[in-house]
Amino acid sequence: MHKAESHGGAAVHPLALREQFDTVEQQRDCSTLGMWIFLITEVMFFGGMFLAYSIYRTKYPEVFAVASTSLNVYIGATNTVVLLCSSFTMVMAVRASALGKQKAIVGWLLMTLLFGLTFLGVKAFEWNEKFELHHVPGFANFHLAGVEPQGAAQIFFALYFCMTGLHALHMVVGVGLLSWLVWQARRGKYTSEYMTPVDISGLYWHFVDIVWIFLFPLLYLIDRHLGK
Amino acid sequence: MTSATPHMDSVKTYITVFLALIVATVLTTAVAFVDLGAFSVVVALAIAICKMLLVALFFMHVRHSTRLTQVVLFGGILWFGILMGMTLIDFSSRNWIGVPGR
Repeated sequence: MHKAESHGGAAVHPLALREQFDTVEQQRDCSTLGMWIFLITEVMFFGGMFLAYSIYRTKYPEVFAVASTSLNVYIGATNTVVLLCSSFTMVMAVRASALGKQKAIVGWLLMTLLFGLTFLGVKAFEWNEKFELHHVPGFANFHLAGVEPQGAAQIFFALYFCMTGLHALHMVVGVGLLSWLVWQARRGKYTSEYMTPVDISGLYWHFVDIVWIFLFPLLYLIDRHLGK
Repeated sequence: MTSATPHMDSVKTYITVFLALIVATVLTTAVAFVDLGAFSVVVALAIAICKMLLVALFFMHVRHSTRLTQVVLFGGILWFGILMGMTLIDFSSRNWIGVPGR
């Protein structure tokens, strides 16, 4: 219990140096590494879907081109910008917590939360549009004009919903994490000595951003020039 | 800044990176309407990889991370490359050689 004080005399945040670590830096490097290992498993998790997408796109290039062009590129680009804004505010939140600026942490986190919710709102609007256009795979009324076989178009939209859905699910988890962080930060839990939860949630949030950075061109952009 | 504080970059750096990401997004969207044939995919992925590197190196502080973390990351990307590369080679080369009796 008194271990913290034995390091250089100054009292350390009780969570900044746990029993099993020698130094504060060691503990911090350890949690960063642990988070990255988790994120690598997420890369493989999303990787399977990217692989499935690549294979079916090679198999049905014409159908995928028409289906991809039916997506609204401007909504996709806007949402990309929204997510990049959220990444910026997140990194500012991490910076604020590293510098121990209590009010700034809460402010930046709330902005990140707002951008995250905006992204999800736009996504919901986009999905709703798919239902109206009968572009939802598995439904009896599924129809994408001008392509044959319709089954291949269903594969595109199945992949679209799985990939964006899984991504959105990660966003929902991220929104939950952010809400918790805001609550904790308001109670002054994070100082320059101990801000690991903000730090690793930041890594998670940026990772989800990176997934979208790849989803956007693959789903919305690469066949756009064929649609003209 | 003491060693007890995690490595951070200046606000100016973060703003520069953020603006670069926005420019890249506008660029990739604009370029998508230009007919580059098969190179559309290459250009789109190249821009996406640049954006990924910016986010990872600056926003996720990989450039300040320990060597161990960087090696783990590289290993992860390598493994993902094996997953994509090997499977796509398999799919694209399946009909190159005739199978007797099929």
